[in-house]
Amino acid sequence: MKKIHSLVLLPVVAIVLSACSSAPSPADVNKATADMLKSSFQARGIAGLNRLNQDQANAECAVADATGKPLDEKMSKAIEEANMKTVKWPTDGKFLGDWKEGEKIAQSGRGLTWTDTATTENGGNCYNCHQISKEEISFGTLGPSLYNYGKLRGVTDPNSAGGKAIVEYTWGKLWNARAYNACSQMPRVGHMAILNQKQIQDVMALLLDPASPVNK
Amino acid sequence: MKFVASRVALAVVALSAAVGTAHAQGTAAEGIAKYREMLQDGNPAELFEMKGEELWKQKRGPKMASLEQCDLGKGPGVIKGAFVELPKYFADTGRVQDLETRLITCMETLQGFKSEDIAKTAFGRGEMANVTALATYVATASKGMRFNLSQKHAQEKMMYETGKQLFFTRGGTHDFSCASCHGSDDKRIRLQDLPNLTKNPGDGIGFAAWPAYRVSNAQMWGMQLRLNDCFRQMRWPEPKFGSDATIALSVYMGVNAKSAESIVPAIKR
Amino acid sequence: MADPMRIRAAVAGDETTVRVLMSHIMEPGTRRDAAGALIPGHFIRDVEATHNGKVVLEAAFSGAVAQNPFLSFKFKGGAKGDKVVVKWVDNKGDTRTDEAVIA
Repeated sequence: MKKIHSLVLLPVVAIVLSACSSAPSPADVNKATADMLKSSFQARGIAGLNRLNQDQANAECAVADATGKPLDEKMSKAIEEANMKTVKWPTDGKFLGDWKEGEKIAQSGRGLTWTDTATTENGGNCYNCHQISKEEISFGTLGPSLYNYGKLRGVTDPNSAGGKAIVEYTWGKLWNARAYNACSQMPRVGHMAILNQKQIQDVMALLLDPASPVNK
Repeated sequence: MKFVASRVALAVVALSAAVGTAHAQGTAAEGIAKYREMLQDGNPAELFEMKGEELWKQKRGPKMASLEQCDLGKGPGVIKGAFVELPKYFADTGRVQDLETRLITCMETLQGFKSEDIAKTAFGRGEMANVTALATYVATASKGMRFNLSQKHAQEKMMYETGKQLFFTRGGTHDFSCASCHGSDDKRIRLQDLPNLTKNPGDGIGFAAWPAYRVSNAQMWGMQLRLNDCFRQMRWPEPKFGSDATIALSVYMGVNAKSAESIVPAIKR
Repeated sequence: MADPMRIRAAVAGDETTVRVLMSHIMEPGTRRDAAGALIPGHFIRDVEATHNGKVVLEAAFSGAVAQNPFLSFKFKGGAKGDKVVVKWVDNKGDTRTDEAVIA
Protein backbone atom coordinates (compact mmCIF):
# COMPACT_ATOMS: atom_id res chain seq x y z
CA MET A 1 0.00 0.00 0.00
CA LYS A 2 1.55 3.26 -1.07
CA LYS A 3 0.91 6.37 0.96
CA ILE A 4 1.54 9.63 -0.78
CA HIS A 5 2.42 12.68 1.26
CA SER A 6 2.44 15.99 -0.53
CA LEU A 7 4.56 18.71 1.07
CA VAL A 8 1.46 20.86 1.59
CA LEU A 9 -0.35 18.23 3.62
CA LEU A 10 2.63 17.16 5.72
CA PRO A 11 2.62 19.86 8.42
CA VAL A 12 -1.12 19.32 9.07
CA VAL A 13 -0.71 15.57 9.27
CA ALA A 14 2.23 15.95 11.63
CA ILE A 15 0.28 18.14 14.04
CA VAL A 16 -2.67 15.79 14.13
CA LEU A 17 -0.44 12.78 14.77
CA SER A 18 1.51 14.36 17.59
CA ALA A 19 -1.69 15.58 19.24
CA CYS A 20 -3.13 12.10 19.52
CA SER A 21 0.08 10.20 20.13
CA SER A 22 0.21 10.32 23.91
CA ALA A 23 1.59 7.48 26.00
CA PRO A 24 -0.29 4.18 25.61
CA SER A 25 -2.49 3.16 28.54
CA PRO A 26 -1.31 0.42 30.91
CA ALA A 27 -4.28 -1.72 29.90
CA ASP A 28 -3.32 -1.41 26.23
CA VAL A 29 0.29 -2.26 27.03
CA ASN A 30 -0.74 -5.32 29.04
CA LYS A 31 -2.92 -6.56 26.23
CA ALA A 32 -0.29 -5.88 23.58
CA THR A 33 2.36 -7.71 25.59
CA ALA A 34 0.08 -10.69 26.17
CA ASP A 35 -0.68 -10.81 22.44
CA MET A 36 3.02 -10.58 21.68
CA LEU A 37 3.81 -13.58 23.88
CA LYS A 38 1.31 -15.60 21.86
CA SER A 39 2.07 -14.44 18.35
CA SER A 40 5.78 -13.61 18.34
CA PHE A 41 7.03 -16.98 19.53
CA GLN A 42 7.02 -20.45 18.03
CA ALA A 43 7.76 -23.88 19.43
CA ARG A 44 11.11 -25.29 18.42
CA GLY A 45 12.67 -28.59 19.43
CA ILE A 46 11.75 -29.34 23.03
CA ALA A 47 10.94 -25.70 23.77
CA GLY A 48 7.16 -25.50 23.51
CA LEU A 49 4.86 -22.51 23.76
CA ASN A 50 3.54 -23.83 27.07
CA ARG A 51 6.81 -22.57 28.57
CA LEU A 52 5.33 -19.08 28.35
CA ASN A 53 2.29 -19.93 30.49
CA GLN A 54 2.59 -17.61 33.46
CA ASP A 55 1.95 -18.97 36.91
CA GLN A 56 0.90 -16.45 39.53
CA ALA A 57 4.41 -15.99 40.88
CA ASN A 58 5.89 -15.25 37.47
CA ALA A 59 3.12 -12.83 36.59
CA GLU A 60 3.30 -10.98 39.92
CA CYS A 61 7.10 -10.94 40.06
CA ALA A 62 7.38 -9.58 36.52
CA VAL A 63 5.23 -6.61 37.52
CA ALA A 64 7.25 -6.12 40.71
CA ASP A 65 10.53 -6.15 38.74
CA ALA A 66 9.21 -3.78 36.07
CA THR A 67 7.74 -1.22 38.45
CA GLY A 68 10.43 -1.56 41.09
CA LYS A 69 7.68 -2.04 43.65
CA PRO A 70 8.25 -5.28 45.61
CA LEU A 71 5.35 -7.62 46.31
CA ASP A 72 3.37 -6.96 49.47
CA GLU A 73 3.92 -9.32 52.41
CA LYS A 74 0.68 -11.17 51.99
CA MET A 75 1.36 -12.00 48.34
CA SER A 76 4.98 -12.99 49.05
CA LYS A 77 3.94 -15.34 51.86
CA ALA A 78 1.25 -16.91 49.71
CA ILE A 79 3.69 -17.57 46.88
CA GLU A 80 6.32 -18.96 49.24
CA GLU A 81 3.84 -21.30 50.91
CA ALA A 82 2.50 -22.55 47.61
CA ASN A 83 6.03 -23.25 46.37
CA MET A 84 7.08 -24.92 49.64
CA LYS A 85 4.34 -27.44 49.08
CA THR A 86 6.02 -28.50 45.82
CA VAL A 87 9.29 -29.50 47.50
CA LYS A 88 9.88 -33.24 47.15
CA TRP A 89 12.22 -34.66 49.78
CA PRO A 90 14.64 -37.44 48.74
CA THR A 91 12.77 -40.73 48.32
CA ASP A 92 15.71 -42.71 49.72
CA GLY A 93 16.22 -40.35 52.66
CA LYS A 94 19.73 -39.47 51.44
CA PHE A 95 20.43 -35.74 51.17
CA LEU A 96 24.02 -35.94 49.98
CA GLY A 97 25.54 -37.76 47.03
CA ASP A 98 28.95 -37.49 45.34
CA TRP A 99 30.57 -34.03 45.29
CA LYS A 100 32.78 -34.95 42.32
CA GLU A 101 29.64 -35.52 40.26
CA GLY A 102 28.16 -32.38 41.80
CA GLU A 103 31.05 -30.32 40.45
CA LYS A 104 30.44 -31.67 36.94
CA ILE A 105 26.75 -30.83 37.21
CA ALA A 106 27.55 -27.31 38.46
CA GLN A 107 29.90 -26.80 35.49
CA SER A 108 27.47 -28.04 32.86
CA GLY A 109 25.11 -25.66 31.10
CA ARG A 110 23.50 -28.30 28.92
CA GLY A 111 19.87 -29.12 28.51
CA LEU A 112 16.36 -27.78 27.95
CA THR A 113 17.20 -25.34 25.14
CA TRP A 114 15.72 -25.88 21.71
CA THR A 115 19.06 -27.26 20.49
CA ASP A 116 19.02 -29.90 23.21
CA THR A 117 16.99 -33.10 23.04
CA ALA A 118 14.70 -34.83 25.50
CA THR A 119 17.52 -37.23 26.34
CA THR A 120 20.20 -34.58 26.94
CA GLU A 121 21.57 -34.83 30.47
CA ASN A 122 20.74 -31.45 31.98
CA GLY A 123 23.39 -29.48 33.82
CA GLY A 124 22.77 -27.14 36.71
CA ASN A 125 24.32 -24.03 35.14
CA CYS A 126 25.47 -23.16 38.66
CA TYR A 127 28.78 -21.49 37.80
CA ASN A 128 26.96 -19.13 35.44
CA CYS A 129 25.74 -17.24 38.50
CA HIS A 130 27.73 -18.42 41.52
CA GLN A 131 31.26 -18.77 42.75
CA ILE A 132 31.45 -22.30 44.19
CA SER A 133 34.91 -23.84 44.51
CA LYS A 134 38.04 -21.73 44.92
CA GLU A 135 39.75 -23.36 41.95
CA GLU A 136 37.15 -22.34 39.38
CA ILE A 137 37.78 -18.70 38.52
CA SER A 138 35.26 -18.59 35.69
CA PHE A 139 32.18 -17.88 37.80
CA GLY A 140 29.35 -15.41 37.55
CA THR A 141 28.15 -12.83 40.05
CA LEU A 142 24.41 -12.94 39.47
CA GLY A 143 24.02 -14.96 42.64
CA PRO A 144 25.93 -14.90 45.95
CA SER A 145 29.21 -16.74 46.38
CA LEU A 146 28.76 -20.32 47.62
CA TYR A 147 32.42 -20.79 48.44
CA ASN A 148 32.76 -22.37 51.91
CA TYR A 149 28.99 -22.86 51.94
CA GLY A 150 28.90 -25.69 54.51
CA LYS A 151 31.90 -24.42 56.49
CA LEU A 152 30.43 -20.93 56.96
CA ARG A 153 27.19 -22.42 58.23
CA GLY A 154 29.01 -24.61 60.76
CA VAL A 155 28.03 -27.86 59.07
CA THR A 156 30.88 -30.20 60.02
CA ASP A 157 28.69 -33.32 59.82
CA PRO A 158 25.78 -33.11 57.39
CA ASN A 159 24.27 -36.26 58.91
CA SER A 160 24.17 -34.89 62.44
CA ALA A 161 21.20 -33.34 64.19
CA GLY A 162 23.12 -30.05 64.24
CA GLY A 163 23.38 -29.95 60.46
CA LYS A 164 19.78 -31.00 59.77
CA ALA A 165 18.25 -27.56 59.48
CA ILE A 166 20.82 -26.27 57.00
CA VAL A 167 20.75 -29.51 55.02
CA GLU A 168 16.98 -29.37 54.66
CA TYR A 169 17.00 -25.65 53.84
CA THR A 170 19.61 -26.24 51.13
CA TRP A 171 17.61 -29.09 49.64
CA GLY A 172 14.45 -27.02 49.67
CA LYS A 173 16.25 -24.03 48.16
CA LEU A 174 17.66 -26.13 45.35
CA TRP A 175 14.35 -27.86 44.75
CA ASN A 176 12.33 -24.67 44.66
CA ALA A 177 14.01 -21.38 45.55
CA ARG A 178 10.62 -19.63 45.53
CA ALA A 179 9.70 -21.47 48.72
CA TYR A 180 12.03 -19.08 50.55
CA ASN A 181 11.97 -15.99 48.32
CA ALA A 182 8.85 -15.33 46.28
CA CYS A 183 10.56 -13.55 43.40
CA SER A 184 13.85 -15.40 43.48
CA GLN A 185 15.92 -15.13 40.31
CA MET A 186 17.16 -18.66 40.93
CA PRO A 187 15.63 -21.36 38.71
CA ARG A 188 13.41 -23.93 40.43
CA VAL A 189 15.92 -26.67 39.89
CA GLY A 190 13.94 -29.65 41.23
CA HIS A 191 10.38 -28.48 40.68
CA MET A 192 10.98 -27.65 37.01
CA ALA A 193 12.87 -30.95 36.50
CA ILE A 194 16.07 -29.19 35.56
CA LEU A 195 17.99 -31.62 37.74
CA ASN A 196 16.72 -34.96 39.03
CA GLN A 197 16.94 -36.25 42.60
CA LYS A 198 20.32 -37.92 42.16
CA GLN A 199 21.83 -34.83 40.57
CA ILE A 200 20.55 -32.64 43.40
CA GLN A 201 22.05 -35.05 45.93
CA ASP A 202 25.39 -34.63 44.15
CA VAL A 203 25.13 -30.82 44.15
CA MET A 204 24.18 -30.97 47.84
CA ALA A 205 27.42 -32.89 48.48
CA LEU A 206 29.41 -30.27 46.57
CA LEU A 207 28.03 -27.64 48.92
CA LEU A 208 27.87 -29.52 52.23
CA ASP A 209 30.30 -32.44 52.22
CA PRO A 210 33.29 -31.46 54.41
CA ALA A 211 35.47 -33.33 51.89
CA SER A 212 34.24 -31.14 49.04
CA PRO A 213 36.74 -28.51 47.77
CA VAL A 214 34.01 -25.94 48.49
CA ASN A 215 34.53 -26.43 52.22
CA LYS A 216 38.31 -26.54 52.19
CA MET B 1 61.46 -12.82 6.79
CA LYS B 2 59.74 -16.04 7.59
CA PHE B 3 57.54 -16.64 10.58
CA VAL B 4 54.76 -18.95 11.63
CA ALA B 5 51.71 -17.18 12.92
CA SER B 6 49.95 -18.84 15.78
CA ARG B 7 47.27 -18.04 18.27
CA VAL B 8 49.51 -15.95 20.48
CA ALA B 9 46.62 -14.15 22.10
CA LEU B 10 45.03 -17.38 23.33
CA ALA B 11 48.38 -18.53 24.72
CA VAL B 12 48.56 -15.30 26.73
CA VAL B 13 45.13 -16.02 28.20
CA ALA B 14 45.95 -19.69 28.84
CA LEU B 15 49.14 -18.81 30.70
CA SER B 16 47.36 -16.22 32.79
CA ALA B 17 44.54 -18.59 33.69
CA ALA B 18 47.00 -21.27 34.84
CA VAL B 19 48.05 -19.21 37.89
CA GLY B 20 45.86 -20.86 40.50
CA THR B 21 45.51 -18.27 43.24
CA ALA B 22 43.11 -15.46 44.06
CA HIS B 23 45.40 -13.27 41.96
CA ALA B 24 44.43 -15.45 39.01
CA GLN B 25 41.00 -13.88 38.80
CA GLY B 26 42.50 -10.44 38.11
CA THR B 27 45.14 -11.84 35.75
CA ALA B 28 42.56 -13.77 33.76
CA ALA B 29 40.39 -10.68 33.43
CA GLU B 30 43.42 -8.65 32.36
CA GLY B 31 44.46 -11.34 29.91
CA ILE B 32 41.01 -11.40 28.38
CA ALA B 33 40.89 -7.61 28.16
CA LYS B 34 44.26 -7.63 26.40
CA TYR B 35 43.08 -10.36 24.03
CA ARG B 36 40.01 -8.33 23.17
CA GLU B 37 42.11 -5.22 22.62
CA MET B 38 44.34 -7.13 20.22
CA LEU B 39 41.27 -8.28 18.35
CA GLN B 40 40.01 -4.75 17.67
CA ASP B 41 42.69 -4.36 15.01
CA GLY B 42 41.63 -6.35 11.97
CA ASN B 43 38.02 -7.11 12.87
CA PRO B 44 36.79 -9.76 10.39
CA ALA B 45 33.49 -7.85 10.42
CA GLU B 46 35.12 -5.75 7.72
CA LEU B 47 34.89 -8.74 5.38
CA PHE B 48 31.12 -8.76 5.93
CA GLU B 49 30.98 -5.01 5.45
CA MET B 50 32.73 -5.37 2.10
CA LYS B 51 30.28 -8.08 1.08
CA GLY B 52 27.36 -5.93 2.19
CA GLU B 53 28.56 -3.00 0.11
CA GLU B 54 28.77 -5.29 -2.92
CA LEU B 55 25.21 -6.54 -2.30
CA TRP B 56 23.86 -3.01 -1.85
CA LYS B 57 25.14 -1.94 -5.27
CA GLN B 58 24.61 -5.15 -7.23
CA LYS B 59 21.55 -5.65 -9.44
CA ARG B 60 19.90 -8.78 -8.01
CA GLY B 61 16.66 -10.65 -7.59
CA PRO B 62 13.74 -11.24 -9.95
CA LYS B 63 13.58 -7.51 -10.67
CA MET B 64 17.34 -7.28 -11.30
CA ALA B 65 17.65 -4.07 -9.31
CA SER B 66 20.12 -2.78 -6.73
CA LEU B 67 19.24 -1.60 -3.22
CA GLU B 68 20.57 1.88 -3.87
CA GLN B 69 17.06 3.37 -3.63
CA CYS B 70 16.25 1.64 -0.36
CA ASP B 71 14.73 3.99 2.21
CA LEU B 72 16.08 3.13 5.66
CA GLY B 73 14.31 6.06 7.26
CA LYS B 74 16.36 9.01 6.04
CA GLY B 75 15.26 8.96 2.42
CA PRO B 76 16.01 6.64 -0.50
CA GLY B 77 19.66 5.62 -0.64
CA VAL B 78 20.69 7.48 2.53
CA ILE B 79 22.83 5.12 4.56
CA LYS B 80 24.84 7.37 6.87
CA GLY B 81 23.01 7.96 10.13
CA ALA B 82 20.22 5.50 9.39
CA PHE B 83 21.38 2.80 11.82
CA VAL B 84 21.34 5.00 14.92
CA GLU B 85 17.70 5.95 14.30
CA LEU B 86 16.41 2.39 14.02
CA PRO B 87 13.98 0.87 14.83
CA LYS B 88 11.46 3.49 13.73
CA TYR B 89 7.97 3.71 12.25
CA PHE B 90 7.68 3.50 8.48
CA ALA B 91 4.55 4.87 6.82
CA ASP B 92 4.78 2.68 3.73
CA THR B 93 4.61 -0.56 5.71
CA GLY B 94 2.61 0.88 8.59
CA ARG B 95 4.85 -0.67 11.20
CA VAL B 96 7.92 -0.08 13.33
CA GLN B 97 10.88 -1.82 11.73
CA ASP B 98 14.47 -2.55 12.69
CA LEU B 99 17.42 -2.57 10.28
CA GLU B 100 17.12 -6.21 9.29
CA THR B 101 13.38 -6.22 8.63
CA ARG B 102 13.65 -2.91 6.75
CA LEU B 103 16.39 -4.33 4.51
CA ILE B 104 14.13 -7.28 3.73
CA THR B 105 11.29 -4.88 2.88
CA CYS B 106 13.62 -3.22 0.37
CA MET B 107 14.78 -6.59 -0.97
CA GLU B 108 11.12 -7.37 -1.63
CA THR B 109 9.87 -4.08 -3.04
CA LEU B 110 12.98 -3.16 -5.04
CA GLN B 111 14.42 -6.54 -5.98
CA GLY B 112 11.40 -8.87 -5.96
CA PHE B 113 12.56 -11.31 -3.27
CA LYS B 114 9.84 -12.82 -1.06
CA SER B 115 10.19 -11.50 2.48
CA GLU B 116 8.51 -14.55 4.12
CA ASP B 117 11.03 -16.83 2.42
CA ILE B 118 13.97 -14.79 3.65
CA ALA B 119 12.52 -14.57 7.19
CA LYS B 120 12.23 -18.37 7.29
CA THR B 121 15.82 -18.93 6.11
CA ALA B 122 18.24 -19.91 8.88
CA PHE B 123 20.78 -17.36 10.04
CA GLY B 124 24.03 -17.60 8.10
CA ARG B 125 22.39 -19.25 5.09
CA GLY B 126 21.24 -18.04 1.70
CA GLU B 127 19.57 -14.63 1.56
CA MET B 128 19.56 -14.36 5.36
CA ALA B 129 23.38 -14.33 5.26
CA ASN B 130 23.12 -11.51 2.72
CA VAL B 131 20.82 -9.58 5.07
CA THR B 132 23.49 -9.87 7.77
CA ALA B 133 26.20 -8.58 5.41
CA LEU B 134 23.96 -5.71 4.30
CA ALA B 135 23.12 -4.86 7.92
CA THR B 136 26.85 -4.79 8.72
CA TYR B 137 27.50 -2.44 5.79
CA VAL B 138 24.66 -0.07 6.69
CA ALA B 139 25.43 -0.04 10.41
CA THR B 140 29.13 0.62 9.82
CA ALA B 141 28.23 3.85 8.02
CA SER B 142 26.96 5.17 11.37
CA LYS B 143 30.04 4.16 13.34
CA GLY B 144 30.84 6.77 15.96
CA MET B 145 27.40 8.37 15.74
CA ARG B 146 25.03 8.48 18.69
CA PHE B 147 21.72 6.69 19.05
CA ASN B 148 18.69 8.87 18.59
CA LEU B 149 15.53 6.80 18.16
CA SER B 150 12.23 8.55 17.58
CA GLN B 151 9.44 8.21 20.14
CA LYS B 152 7.07 10.52 18.31
CA HIS B 153 4.75 8.03 16.63
CA ALA B 154 2.13 6.20 18.68
CA GLN B 155 3.42 2.81 17.49
CA GLU B 156 6.96 3.74 18.50
CA LYS B 157 5.74 4.56 22.01
CA MET B 158 3.72 1.35 22.18
CA MET B 159 6.76 -0.65 21.10
CA TYR B 160 8.82 0.92 23.88
CA GLU B 161 6.26 0.15 26.58
CA THR B 162 5.58 -3.40 25.43
CA GLY B 163 9.31 -3.95 24.97
CA LYS B 164 9.84 -2.85 28.55
CA GLN B 165 7.12 -5.15 29.84
CA LEU B 166 8.45 -8.06 27.79
CA PHE B 167 11.94 -7.36 29.14
CA PHE B 168 10.70 -8.16 32.64
CA THR B 169 8.41 -11.10 31.72
CA ARG B 170 9.50 -14.31 33.42
CA GLY B 171 9.20 -17.56 31.49
CA GLY B 172 10.77 -20.78 30.30
CA THR B 173 11.85 -23.70 32.48
CA HIS B 174 14.22 -21.45 34.41
CA ASP B 175 11.80 -18.53 35.00
CA PHE B 176 14.24 -16.20 33.29
CA SER B 177 13.42 -12.76 31.99
CA CYS B 178 15.78 -10.50 30.06
CA ALA B 179 16.11 -8.64 33.38
CA SER B 180 17.40 -11.78 35.11
CA CYS B 181 20.76 -11.11 33.45
CA HIS B 182 20.44 -7.56 32.17
CA GLY B 183 18.50 -5.87 34.95
CA SER B 184 21.29 -4.84 37.32
CA ASP B 185 24.62 -3.07 37.30
CA ASP B 186 28.00 -4.80 37.55
CA LYS B 187 26.91 -8.39 37.09
CA ARG B 188 28.46 -11.05 34.97
CA ILE B 189 27.59 -14.55 33.75
CA ARG B 190 30.70 -16.70 34.14
CA LEU B 191 33.33 -14.16 33.04
CA GLN B 192 31.14 -12.29 30.58
CA ASP B 193 30.13 -8.83 31.81
CA LEU B 194 26.42 -8.12 31.50
CA PRO B 195 25.27 -4.61 30.61
CA ASN B 196 22.27 -3.24 32.46
CA LEU B 197 19.85 -2.73 29.59
CA THR B 198 17.11 -1.10 31.65
CA LYS B 199 19.07 2.12 31.26
CA ASN B 200 21.85 3.55 29.09
CA PRO B 201 24.76 1.14 29.50
CA GLY B 202 27.26 3.53 27.90
CA ASP B 203 29.09 3.99 24.61
CA GLY B 204 29.61 0.87 22.53
CA ILE B 205 27.82 -1.43 24.96
CA GLY B 206 24.70 -3.53 24.57
CA PHE B 207 22.48 -2.22 21.78
CA ALA B 208 25.39 -0.06 20.58
CA ALA B 209 27.57 -3.12 19.93
CA TRP B 210 25.52 -5.24 17.52
CA PRO B 211 25.99 -6.28 14.66
CA ALA B 212 29.23 -7.79 15.91
CA TYR B 213 31.69 -10.46 14.79
CA ARG B 214 31.88 -13.33 17.27
CA VAL B 215 35.38 -14.79 17.28
CA SER B 216 34.35 -18.03 19.06
CA ASN B 217 32.25 -19.17 16.12
CA ALA B 218 33.53 -16.82 13.40
CA GLN B 219 30.01 -15.55 12.77
CA MET B 220 28.59 -12.10 12.15
CA TRP B 221 25.57 -11.58 14.41
CA GLY B 222 22.94 -8.90 13.97
CA MET B 223 20.50 -7.99 16.73
CA GLN B 224 17.88 -10.46 15.48
CA LEU B 225 20.30 -13.35 15.98
CA ARG B 226 21.56 -11.94 19.26
CA LEU B 227 17.98 -11.86 20.60
CA ASN B 228 17.23 -15.29 19.14
CA ASP B 229 20.17 -16.84 20.97
CA CYS B 230 19.29 -15.04 24.21
CA PHE B 231 15.86 -16.66 24.19
CA ARG B 232 17.40 -20.04 23.39
CA GLN B 233 19.63 -19.83 26.46
CA MET B 234 16.72 -18.55 28.55
CA ARG B 235 15.00 -21.82 27.64
CA TRP B 236 12.09 -19.91 26.06
CA PRO B 237 10.47 -20.98 22.79
CA GLU B 238 11.90 -19.33 19.69
CA PRO B 239 11.09 -15.72 18.71
CA LYS B 240 10.01 -15.49 15.09
CA PHE B 241 12.39 -13.49 12.93
CA GLY B 242 11.39 -9.83 12.82
CA SER B 243 8.42 -10.45 15.13
CA ASP B 244 6.89 -7.70 17.26
CA ALA B 245 8.68 -9.08 20.32
CA THR B 246 12.08 -8.57 18.71
CA ILE B 247 11.21 -5.10 17.45
CA ALA B 248 9.75 -4.06 20.80
CA LEU B 249 12.87 -5.17 22.68
CA SER B 250 15.09 -3.34 20.19
CA VAL B 251 13.04 -0.16 20.61
CA TYR B 252 13.27 -0.50 24.42
CA MET B 253 17.04 -0.97 24.30
CA GLY B 254 17.59 1.59 21.55
CA VAL B 255 15.62 4.33 23.30
CA ASN B 256 17.38 3.56 26.59
CA ALA B 257 20.70 3.88 24.73
CA LYS B 258 19.89 7.40 23.55
CA SER B 259 23.13 9.36 22.90
CA ALA B 260 25.31 6.28 23.41
CA GLU B 261 27.97 5.98 20.71
CA SER B 262 27.71 3.13 18.22
CA ILE B 263 30.91 1.11 17.78
CA VAL B 264 29.36 -1.18 15.22
CA PRO B 265 30.80 -3.34 13.73
CA ALA B 266 32.05 -4.62 17.07
CA ILE B 267 34.04 -7.74 17.87
CA LYS B 268 33.10 -10.19 20.59
CA ARG B 269 34.57 -13.34 22.12
CA MET C 1 38.14 -17.17 -6.90
CA ALA C 2 38.03 -16.87 -3.09
CA ASP C 3 36.61 -13.82 -1.29
CA PRO C 4 38.78 -10.69 -1.40
CA MET C 5 41.29 -9.68 1.29
CA ARG C 6 41.09 -6.34 2.97
CA ILE C 7 44.52 -4.67 2.89
CA ARG C 8 45.59 -1.36 4.34
CA ALA C 9 49.10 0.06 4.19
CA ALA C 10 50.40 3.28 5.70
CA VAL C 11 53.89 4.75 5.88
CA ALA C 12 55.26 6.64 8.93
CA GLY C 13 58.86 7.85 8.66
CA ASP C 14 60.81 5.09 6.97
CA GLU C 15 58.54 2.28 8.09
CA THR C 16 55.44 0.97 6.33
CA THR C 17 52.80 -0.91 8.33
CA VAL C 18 50.61 -3.32 6.40
CA ARG C 19 47.43 -4.83 7.83
CA VAL C 20 45.71 -7.66 6.01
CA LEU C 21 42.41 -9.34 6.79
CA MET C 22 42.04 -12.61 4.88
CA SER C 23 38.75 -14.35 4.28
CA HIS C 24 39.33 -18.07 4.73
CA ILE C 25 37.63 -20.91 6.59
CA MET C 26 40.99 -22.19 7.99
CA GLU C 27 39.69 -25.67 8.83
CA PRO C 28 42.57 -27.25 10.79
CA GLY C 29 42.03 -30.87 9.80
CA THR C 30 41.97 -32.05 13.42
CA ARG C 31 38.31 -31.32 14.19
CA ARG C 32 35.66 -34.01 14.07
CA ASP C 33 32.08 -33.77 12.89
CA ALA C 34 29.00 -34.97 14.80
CA ALA C 35 29.52 -38.51 13.48
CA GLY C 36 33.12 -38.55 14.74
CA ALA C 37 34.82 -38.37 11.34
CA LEU C 38 37.74 -36.00 10.81
CA ILE C 39 36.83 -32.85 8.89
CA PRO C 40 39.45 -32.48 6.12
CA GLY C 41 41.88 -29.62 6.55
CA HIS C 42 41.41 -26.57 4.38
CA PHE C 43 43.76 -23.77 5.32
CA ILE C 44 46.15 -21.18 3.92
CA ARG C 45 49.68 -22.57 3.60
CA ASP C 46 51.78 -19.78 2.12
CA VAL C 47 51.55 -16.03 2.28
CA GLU C 48 53.75 -13.68 0.33
CA ALA C 49 53.81 -9.89 0.30
CA THR C 50 55.72 -7.79 -2.18
CA HIS C 51 56.47 -4.10 -2.38
CA ASN C 52 57.18 -2.74 -5.84
CA GLY C 53 57.84 -6.34 -6.91
CA LYS C 54 60.31 -7.07 -4.10
CA VAL C 55 59.37 -9.72 -1.51
CA VAL C 56 58.99 -8.14 1.96
CA LEU C 57 57.27 -11.02 3.78
CA GLU C 58 57.00 -14.77 3.43
CA ALA C 59 54.88 -16.66 5.91
CA ALA C 60 54.02 -20.30 6.46
CA PHE C 61 50.55 -20.64 7.99
CA SER C 62 49.09 -23.88 9.26
CA GLY C 63 45.77 -25.19 10.53
CA ALA C 64 46.62 -23.59 13.87
CA VAL C 65 45.77 -20.15 12.51
CA ALA C 66 42.20 -19.03 13.23
CA GLN C 67 39.45 -18.47 10.68
CA ASN C 68 39.59 -15.15 8.79
CA PRO C 69 43.24 -14.53 9.68
CA PHE C 70 44.47 -11.07 10.49
CA LEU C 71 48.11 -10.35 9.63
CA SER C 72 49.95 -7.18 10.52
CA PHE C 73 53.61 -6.53 9.63
CA LYS C 74 56.08 -3.72 9.01
CA PHE C 75 58.88 -3.26 6.52
CA LYS C 76 61.51 -0.58 5.97
CA GLY C 77 61.10 1.69 3.02
CA GLY C 78 57.99 2.22 1.02
CA ALA C 79 56.54 5.55 0.05
CA LYS C 80 53.06 6.94 -0.33
CA GLY C 81 51.55 5.71 -3.58
CA ASP C 82 53.63 2.53 -3.78
CA LYS C 83 51.88 -0.76 -4.34
CA VAL C 84 51.85 -3.62 -1.82
CA VAL C 85 50.63 -6.96 -3.17
CA VAL C 86 49.61 -9.85 -0.90
CA LYS C 87 49.12 -13.39 -2.16
CA TRP C 88 48.04 -16.55 -0.35
CA VAL C 89 47.91 -20.17 -1.48
CA ASP C 90 46.02 -22.81 0.49
CA ASN C 91 46.51 -26.56 0.88
CA LYS C 92 43.97 -27.26 -1.87
CA GLY C 93 45.79 -25.06 -4.34
CA ASP C 94 43.27 -22.20 -4.15
CA THR C 95 44.85 -18.81 -4.27
CA ARG C 96 44.00 -15.15 -3.88
CA THR C 97 45.99 -12.04 -4.70
CA ASP C 98 45.02 -8.52 -3.72
CA GLU C 99 46.83 -5.24 -3.62
CA ALA C 100 46.74 -1.93 -1.83
CA VAL C 101 48.32 1.46 -2.26
CA ILE C 102 50.42 2.81 0.61
CA ALA C 103 48.66 5.77 2.17
